[in-house]
Amino acid sequence: MNGYNFAYLDEQTKRMIRRALLKAVAIPGHQVPFGSREMPLPYGWGTGGIQVTASVLGAGDTLKVIDQGADDTTNAVSIRRFFARTAGVATTTDTNDATIIQTRHRIPEKALREDQIIVYQVPQPEPLSKLEPSRAETRRMHALAEYGSMHVRLYEDITRFGHIAISYDYPVMVNHRYLMAPSPIPAFDNPKMHMMPALQLFGAGREKRIYAIPPYTDVRSLDFDDHPFRTTRAPQCCALCGADDSYLDEVVTDDQGGRMFVCSDTDHCETRQAEGHTGTGEPVVKEATAAGSEARGGEQA
Amino acid sequence: MAYVAVKGGERAIDNAHAWLAEDRRGDPAVPELSLAQIQEQLGRSVDRVMAEGSLYDPHLAALAIKQAQGDIIEAAFLLRAYRTTLPRFGYATPADTAAMQIRRRISAVYKDLPGGQVLGPTYDYTHRLLDFMLAAEGKPPAPAPLAEATEPTMPRVSDILRGEDLIEGDGNPNPAQEPGDLTREPLAFPASRDVRLQALARGDEGFLLAMGYSTQRGYGGNHPFVGEIRVGEVSVEIVPPELGFAIDIGDVTLTECQMVNQFKGSKTKPPQFTRGYGLVFGHAERKAMGMALVDRAMRHDEFAEEPNAPAQNVEFVLYHSDNIEGTGFVEHLKLPHYVDFQSELETIRRMRREAEANNAAAALQETAPAAEREAPLPQDKVQ
Amino acid sequence: MTEETLLSARGLSLHFGKVPALVNVDADLWPGEVLAVVGESGSGKTTLLNVLSGRMRADAGVTWYRDPQSRLHDVHAMPAPALRALHRSDWGFVHQNPRDNLRMSVSAGGNVGERLMAAGNRHYGRIREAAIDWLAQVEIDPARVDDMPRTFSGGMLQRLQIARTLVTHPRLVFMDEPTGGLDVSVQARLLDLIRSLVARLNIAVVLVTHDLAVARLLAHRIMVMQRGEVVETGLTDQVLDDPQHAYTQLLVSSVLQA
Repeated sequence: MNGYNFAYLDEQTKRMIRRALLKAVAIPGHQVPFGSREMPLPYGWGTGGIQVTASVLGAGDTLKVIDQGADDTTNAVSIRRFFARTAGVATTTDTNDATIIQTRHRIPEKALREDQIIVYQVPQPEPLSKLEPSRAETRRMHALAEYGSMHVRLYEDITRFGHIAISYDYPVMVNHRYLMAPSPIPAFDNPKMHMMPALQLFGAGREKRIYAIPPYTDVRSLDFDDHPFRTTRAPQCCALCGADDSYLDEVVTDDQGGRMFVCSDTDHCETRQAEGHTGTGEPVVKEATAAGSEARGGEQA
Repeated sequence: MAYVAVKGGERAIDNAHAWLAEDRRGDPAVPELSLAQIQEQLGRSVDRVMAEGSLYDPHLAALAIKQAQGDIIEAAFLLRAYRTTLPRFGYATPADTAAMQIRRRISAVYKDLPGGQVLGPTYDYTHRLLDFMLAAEGKPPAPAPLAEATEPTMPRVSDILRGEDLIEGDGNPNPAQEPGDLTREPLAFPASRDVRLQALARGDEGFLLAMGYSTQRGYGGNHPFVGEIRVGEVSVEIVPPELGFAIDIGDVTLTECQMVNQFKGSKTKPPQFTRGYGLVFGHAERKAMGMALVDRAMRHDEFAEEPNAPAQNVEFVLYHSDNIEGTGFVEHLKLPHYVDFQSELETIRRMRREAEANNAAAALQETAPAAEREAPLPQDKVQ
Repeated sequence: MTEETLLSARGLSLHFGKVPALVNVDADLWPGEVLAVVGESGSGKTTLLNVLSGRMRADAGVTWYRDPQSRLHDVHAMPAPALRALHRSDWGFVHQNPRDNLRMSVSAGGNVGERLMAAGNRHYGRIREAAIDWLAQVEIDPARVDDMPRTFSGGMLQRLQIARTLVTHPRLVFMDEPTGGLDVSVQARLLDLIRSLVARLNIAVVLVTHDLAVARLLAHRIMVMQRGEVVETGLTDQVLDDPQHAYTQLLVSSVLQA
């Protein structure tokens, strides 16, 4: 790639982003504005994550990029290729081998290590945005830790549905101080953020915000004492590797209601298959009523 | 809309037109654009002009683009004006997008589904890096690899969800009722969904994009997912009265977007996902998606949602979505308004004179001797 | 500031351009007492309410508040977070139009429970029970705890606002024409309710009203304002039965003639 700096961004821009990252790490969960640049991928498609990765990437790093948990989805392929071309770094699909993992909407099933960094692509960094569209007002609310309206929203869910109805981008309290949007990962993944050994960085390019969770930080999903946070996953086992505790994708196999459930984390699934685990491989025919969706799930500490 | 005949300088106008024609042509040493080139190589502009001009004719759209020097709204205006001259023979039967000859079909809600994710010719995964190879006109690109032609079933994602009763029905249209037609009848409120959708289909892409975007940023949100986007050819059929059966009169390219939105329900009423719908001439995903987001936002009364956001304000959206009306009225401000302005001048001059007089009087009052100022004003005493 | 007052203001002055809104106003409020501020529109009474509650700044003068630990705070020198926290806990503000202070897309229970949640309550069942209890206290059918306010009448909305405000047992509540805009029979019921709640919970109230009958019914003391100045102040019955200032006399006599 002629004429482009390592990882596309010029050095001043990377320095600016790293300064924002340092501030973010120093104040866990707090959104730091940064001068997001126009990138060759559109806003909303991971430009924030790409800028964060570009700023922390070094020649010796090994990069993994996933979207919806899979390495081979079109957007993950596109981003991985982008870094291969502009930085020449080694890339991998193996979570174990990666030093930097850029992700859209999932946390890998395998627990991450202290020497790894996970970079999340964030569409909407403001957890209060659906309750209060004015950014000036939400800034004040964060500064004053005025999060009552979020609890009112959860209260209303319980009143209307009998339980909290947020299934992804479930708001969390970071380090007992800041309300944070974890990005649209399924609620199933929220417990992984708590006391994670890896550094977690979050980039929102269009909204121009960066935030971070340093390693071993307290992260709790909001709930009520008598309606504690619960995770949700499809009750089936993976049809390919038999896993009964990973997050599953639902694949429609025919138009008679035939379904197959497979691990969303493709690397996790392939690793298990290589180790000899198998699933039935048979599609499941869905019954008329939707099966219960709260079978297994973590509880928070 | 009646235009004021701009008086004076008919010659000036002729000269302006002559200059415009020169300007449009540009440097004569440079080869002239052909309509075929525009149609073939600026297809997305052609599609947009047809959609907003509300007339499906790629050749005419190409001509309008050439005549308007690439100004898309001006070109759409040309098509709309031409449309007025055309007699109407009849109405087509409803287009069956389920029978679309698919060029592109994707769903964001399922990883895989019958018929598969057909990427088609899309910009989505390109890197936006200026390709300087394109600057040199050269050999045509190598042909893209061909796959075996198959006829897979391509069930609608909304039908898959319907199969489990997870999504609301597709409206409840009364088959006996004729859909409204904005090109014949003026817009009236409350506007039914068919009229709203027609207005959006003809509406400005930028406006719908912004309105749709605003719903994603908290101004009336409804949790959208792209259930399905399809792009391809759909046949247009009419039933001539002399024949009594349907005949195919041609194909149009359509882009259809079905959004799957926030579920509604309660502890007693099983929740269902709700819908937003977008349909546009040509290959125009951004417009179809914006349209679907705004369609759903405007259905707030069906779901007892508080209409606090601009995208939910049906009158606001529908009145300002037509860029031909918009550009007409905005640009009409360039017409002479000096008669009205003269009255403004007189009014402002009079007000300024009065203000100056008051200030002078007040200044005079303050410099009056102290004793005079402190004397109490006479009271009206009522016993 | 005396030993016992809850709220005291001295020398409050505020001009909007050339128009005097407040002219050297003093005010005192004791715990558990209701002080009515009356006058016609333009008298400055609403401006006074806004200044006392910290929503507006005066050009001159000072307002002191005594917290439950008996510490004094200058209302306008308080840092914004502290003032906002005060408004959510120890203070309340009842608006004339209840829609200004209610979330119309949130259930009645959610509206009443919000202050509790803001104060750190995290038990859904107990929050809802508290909301149900308060709905009963303001004479709204508790079965409506899950209903949306947009289904409530004007009087019910006002009572809902009161419940939402009193749920954290504030010691001081500012009220701006709480019965304005309601029809007469609804007003009477609401006034009765306010009177009994205020007395039972020992709440101090600064009540702005143009209606002398409301002042007589609810207030222990009354302040009469005209063009930004306090023209008369004293025990409600004394002032209304034996007005000294000409303007007060005019106000009282116009009520009798009505």
